[in-house]
Amino acid sequence: MSGIIYADNAATTRLSRCALDAMMPFLTDDFGNPSTVYAPGRTAKKAVESARFKVAAAIGAKPEEIYFTAGGTESDNWAIKSTAALKKEKGKHIISTAIEHHAVLHTLQSLQKRGYEVTFLGVDRAGNISLEELRSAIRPDTILITVMTANNEIGTILPVKEIGEIAHEAGVLFHSDAVQAVGHIPINVAQMNIDLLSLSGHKFKGPKGVGALYVKKGLRLPSGMHGGAQERGLRSGTENVPGIVGLAAALEDAVTHIDANMTKVSVMRDALIKGLTKIPHSRLTGDPVNRLPGTASFVFECIEGESMVLLLDQNGICASSGSACSSGSLDPSHVLLAIGLPHEIAHGSLRLTINEDNTQEDIDTILEKMPRIIQRLRDMSPLWEEKNAEVK
Amino acid sequence: MYSEKVMDHFNNPRNVGELKDANGIGQVGNSVCGDIMKIFVKIEDGIVVDTSFKTFGCGAAIATSSMATELIKGKTVKEALRLSNKAVAEALDGLPPAKMHCSVLAEEGIKSAIEDYYKKQGIELETVLKADEE
Ligand SMILES: Cc1ncc(COP(=O)(O)O)c(C=O)c1O
Ligand SMILES: [Zn+2]
Repeated sequence: MSGIIYADNAATTRLSRCALDAMMPFLTDDFGNPSTVYAPGRTAKKAVESARFKVAAAIGAKPEEIYFTAGGTESDNWAIKSTAALKKEKGKHIISTAIEHHAVLHTLQSLQKRGYEVTFLGVDRAGNISLEELRSAIRPDTILITVMTANNEIGTILPVKEIGEIAHEAGVLFHSDAVQAVGHIPINVAQMNIDLLSLSGHKFKGPKGVGALYVKKGLRLPSGMHGGAQERGLRSGTENVPGIVGLAAALEDAVTHIDANMTKVSVMRDALIKGLTKIPHSRLTGDPVNRLPGTASFVFECIEGESMVLLLDQNGICASSGSACSSGSLDPSHVLLAIGLPHEIAHGSLRLTINEDNTQEDIDTILEKMPRIIQRLRDMSPLWEEKNAEVK
Repeated sequence: MYSEKVMDHFNNPRNVGELKDANGIGQVGNSVCGDIMKIFVKIEDGIVVDTSFKTFGCGAAIATSSMATELIKGKTVKEALRLSNKAVAEALDGLPPAKMHCSVLAEEGIKSAIEDYYKKQGIELETVLKADEE
C-alpha cells in the first residue's frame, strides 16, 4: 500500500509490526493445539493464557473474565443473546440506543422477533443519549442495557460510566460494544461499571477475525458456542492461537502508548476538522469535544458520499461514507438519521479515521485535495445549482 | 465492485454540464432516495443532436448518466425513447445488483427530457408513442 494515504482506520487497521512478530511463531513452528498435553500444545496453551492476561490488564479486568471470540460481531451477539436467555425469567425488556452498530442493532431486532421488547433511546445532534431518558426507560422487567462506548460513524464517546451506574442502581446488567474505543481511549471495566464488553482485534492494529468478550466474574452467561469446551466451556472451538496472540500484542502496544497516541492523533484530527469545515456548506458530525481521537466525520451538502469516496480513491486516499448508495440500501445510515440530519444532507457524509501511523503530510494532502473533489462534484450537481440559484 | 467501464465513465464523465441550447430538460429522482439526474437534450428533425447531464449521486448514478447520454447522442428520438436501463448497465459491463436502481434513473431522465421537448411543441408524449405503435 505504498503511496496510499489510509484514512479508514475505523473500518480496519494495518497489522502492527509487533503483532505480526508475536504471531509468526504460531503460524509456523509453534502450531500445537492448546488442548493437547505434549510440548507444542503446552506452548500454545501458555501463549493463549499470556494473551488473556494482557487483554485483561489492558481493560482493568481479571484474566478469567476474558473469553476469546472470532471478533466484535460474535462478542456482541453472544453477550446480548446469552443475557436475554439468562434473564428471561426476570423479564424481556432491553434498552439500547438508535446509533448502535449493526452487530448490536440486528441482534436486538432478532430478539424482538422472539418476543423481547427493546427501547432504542434517541440521541441529540451530537450523538449523545439523555441519562434522564435512560433512567425513566428502566422498568421492572428490564434485563439489559446495551450502549456502545464510542460510535463508529461519528466518533461520539458515550457516558458509559454514568450509564453503568444507572444500570447497577436498578439491578440491570450493562453491556458495552467498545470495539471502536478499546486501544484508542482508556477503558477500565471495573471503574466504568461494565458487566460485558466487546472488543475486536483489527480495530487496534491486531489481526482480523479475532476478538474478545469480557464477562464480569459471577455472571453465569450461557455458552456462546457448543463443542469441545474450550474457553472454560463457554466458547468452544480450537483457539485461533496466532490471532489471539496478535490481538494481545497489539492491544498491549496500544495501551502502553495510549497517551502519546491520543495526543498525536487528535492534533491531526483537529487539523482535518478545522480545514474541512472551512468548505462552505459543510459540517462536522458527532460531538465536537467528546469524540474518538482519530475520527473526523462530516457532511457536505449537495454531493453524495460514495462519489466522494471514489474520487478520494482516485487520489490515493482511502475513506468511507454512510450514504445510502454506499450502504446498498435506499436510506443513509441509521446513525446519521438518528442525529437528525435530513436525508438529502446525510447522503453527503464522509468519514476520515486516522491513527498514529498517519503523518502530518497525509493530513496536508487530504486538506489540499478535498476542496477540489468537492467542487468537482458540486459543479455537476443539480442540487448545487439550485442552492446557488436560491442565494441569488 | 464496479467494472472498469463504470470507473472510466465516473472518472471521465462524457457530456457533463448544462447544455445551453437544449430544447428539452428532464429532472428525475429526489434527494431523499439519494440520486438526482438532470438530462438536457437538443432535438432537431427527430434526432438527438446533442445531450448532456448534471447528476447528484453515487458512482453508478454518474456513470450511467454519462453512458446513457453517449448512447442517445446522434440517435433518433424513437431510438432514444427505447433505451432501457438494462442496456445502459450492459454497456457499462454491468452494475452491482444493489446499484441497478441508479440506472433506472438514466432511462427515466431521458424519457423525461424528451417528454419536455414534446410538451414545448404542444404534443403529449403518449400520442407520439401511440403513433409509433401503429
Ligand atoms: C462499533 C462496532 N461494533 C462491532 C463491530 C464488528 O466488529 P468485527 O468486524 O470484529 O466483527 C464493528 C466493526 O465494524 C464496530 O465498529
Ligand atoms: Zn446510486
